[in-house]
Amino acid sequence: MNAVFYLLAAITIAGGVAAVMLKHLIHSALAVTVAFAGIALLFLQLDAQFVGFAQILVYIGAVAILIVFAILLTHGADLPREGVFSKSWLAGLIIAAGVFAVIGWAVLESIDAVPQRNAVFEVSVQKIGNALVGRYVLPLEIVGLLLTAATIGAVIVAMHEKERPR
Amino acid sequence: MTAFPSPLVGYLLVAAVLFAIGLAGALIRRNAIIVLIGIELMLNSANLNLIAFWRFGPHPEALTGMMFAIFSIAVAAAEAAVGLGLVISIYRHTNTAELDKINRLKG
Repeated sequence: MNAVFYLLAAITIAGGVAAVMLKHLIHSALAVTVAFAGIALLFLQLDAQFVGFAQILVYIGAVAILIVFAILLTHGADLPREGVFSKSWLAGLIIAAGVFAVIGWAVLESIDAVPQRNAVFEVSVQKIGNALVGRYVLPLEIVGLLLTAATIGAVIVAMHEKERPR
Repeated sequence: MTAFPSPLVGYLLVAAVLFAIGLAGALIRRNAIIVLIGIELMLNSANLNLIAFWRFGPHPEALTGMMFAIFSIAVAAAEAAVGLGLVISIYRHTNTAELDKINRLKG
């Protein structure tokens, strides 16, 4: 628990708040990229180098670009006349605050029970690779199938349909 | 700078704040893309919890938390692709991505 952690936490949370509060969708996309980067750096702080770089590759490299493409394809850069918040925004805010209160209460209540192990466990990419094709080979195959299905499904869903008479 | 008895608590609280922000974004905004951004933030906060418990938990050599996080990242990427594809498809049908204007099930 040091100054670096507090700085990264502040950057991540500020990015998240900006992503959901900013009016322009493009600004939101940039802010959420900052939040993704902050989370990747928090992973690096937690000595999970592989997951940190995977986070950078997948989220900053792919998901953020995908979000920007979706904004451009849906003309999301134009501001709606009715405002950006839904009619039931107060109820949504109260629900989110309630969920945070419950999670925060649970974390602070279990402060004495949480594990504390300060020794750093050195994990190499070789160990991760061995685990992926050893103990976790079935989930790996399923994820491969899921990614194939998701790619095909996304293309089919977003493909131009034939014009039908309405 | 030891405000918390255990560093794990700090990470758990950051993840809780991020989850609440993502939930608020999914609930209070009208644009479907911001709702997807909120869902991504919630998935990321769950990953942060997994990695934090892996780092400070008793059996790091089993790599369980890290594997969960890796698979979760892969599933989240698939979810983002399908979700944004759906948003684009809905925009083609209804000419809007505002969720409270999309009130028909018929295409």
